[in-house]
Amino acid sequence: MKYVLLFVETERFARDLRSMDEETRQAAYDEVGRWFAEHAAKITHHAHLRPAHTATTLRLDGAEPLVTDGPFVEGKEVVSGYAEIEVADLDEALAVAGSWPACPVVEIRPID
Amino acid sequence: MDEVQDELARVVREHAGRLTACLVRVLGDFAAAEDVMQDAVETALRRWPEEGVPDHPDAWLLTVARRRGLDVLRRQAVYRDKLARLAWPVPAEPDDRLKLIFTCCHPALPRQAQVALTLRTVCGLTTAQIAAAFLVGESTVAQRITRAKRKITDARIPYRVPSDGELPDRLGEVLTVIYLLFNEGYLTSGGDRPQARDLADDAEWLAATLAWLVPREPEVLGLLALIRLHQARAAARFTPGGSLVLLRDQDRGRWDRQAIAEAVQLIERAAALRRPGPYQLQAAIVACHAEAPGWDDTDWLQIVLLYDMLLALAPSPVHRLQRVIALHHAPPPRGGAATALAELDALPPDDRRTLDGYPLYHATRAELLRALDRPADAAGADRRALDLTANPAQQALLEQRLVWT
Repeated sequence: MKYVLLFVETERFARDLRSMDEETRQAAYDEVGRWFAEHAAKITHHAHLRPAHTATTLRLDGAEPLVTDGPFVEGKEVVSGYAEIEVADLDEALAVAGSWPACPVVEIRPID
Repeated sequence: MDEVQDELARVVREHAGRLTACLVRVLGDFAAAEDVMQDAVETALRRWPEEGVPDHPDAWLLTVARRRGLDVLRRQAVYRDKLARLAWPVPAEPDDRLKLIFTCCHPALPRQAQVALTLRTVCGLTTAQIAAAFLVGESTVAQRITRAKRKITDARIPYRVPSDGELPDRLGEVLTVIYLLFNEGYLTSGGDRPQARDLADDAEWLAATLAWLVPREPEVLGLLALIRLHQARAAARFTPGGSLVLLRDQDRGRWDRQAIAEAVQLIERAAALRRPGPYQLQAAIVACHAEAPGWDDTDWLQIVLLYDMLLALAPSPVHRLQRVIALHHAPPPRGGAATALAELDALPPDDRRTLDGYPLYHATRAELLRALDRPADAAGADRRALDLTANPAQQALLEQRLVWT
């Protein structure tokens, strides 16, 4: 069964990351690298998204398409990346997501 | 609840979960199995009161579930074939109810859905019975269950016993559901809802079943002991008119001494496994009350000590408040009203903010202030407690908290 793990950043997490010194930040990145290496056999695809300020949202439910700046929900938590994994069931997906070393929220969604 | 209903509940509880587990195994589909079994349970509750409980209620239930399943699942050829081949007696398999319980209480399901699904699937309650017990609409319960089953299927929540590594967390989830059920039943029992099924009985049965399925988990034994200790005092908890009697005023002659002794043995069995936990400690506290010949003979110092251990494992403002109450009754120099009031006023600001909305907090302050000869301050605290208990539900809650203490 395939699931997408949506990695969600909080304002606090982004602030903490910014305030880290170079060495600490590199260590954090290395940890993420190790996570991807460890679960490589299960990860079918993944991507890191550019920051929220680069987002553009298009609304198609009005009379005219409406283009706005920013992510579709204006909030303190933004999706910062995703990984698609192939595992047996939700418990295995939870176990993979449970060891994620970076941003503090992960949404797990099965895909068809 | 009359005797016939009682007997029906007992029979259904004993068999429904086992059969559902068996059907999930045969069909390989939780939602489909649950559907046809629920149908069989509803049929049984309609027909057994008139026709009598059959000699082999499990064979009867399976036959009905199978027949109804063949109708209901007519479009899904796979299920139909599997069901058609299923005959009584079903092949002996290890008890699958544990898998059923863990799936129903999966952390990816919302709490209310866990509760409803466990009651329906494991205990064999109907949607209507669950709705009546929780005072919510039948459609609300039906919707919760439908959504939960859809999530189990679509997100592929597995049907199995969690691995050793996952077990502590997942078991905690199950115990929370049982504890919630028990509290709900305990709070509403003896009230003016004679039709409502006694959820406290269901909770006790669930805890006992779980203790039988996983005999070496001390917190399961602790929760079972806690529930049984409360149940042992059931006869003394209400006046003939139906109002609550506080622990202090209960006629201890009406407590079930045999049940208390057995629950204490459960606590000892749990303690021998040397993994203390919040349920074991709460059970031990209630056991101190249950074993005391009278309110004044209670070993309050021991209770304070147990609260200290409980707070170390599971800090909570309400437990801190209850510790203060025990401290009040403990003999000086460790206990007494002055020490208790000092501790109450020294609680962290966050705790005091939470407790400020609890009538029992103010009632306790009032009692301590009165004991210390400060009647004016006591009256103020009393007023605050009364303000908070203006509505009957709150009043019941206050009394409930007092009973628990």
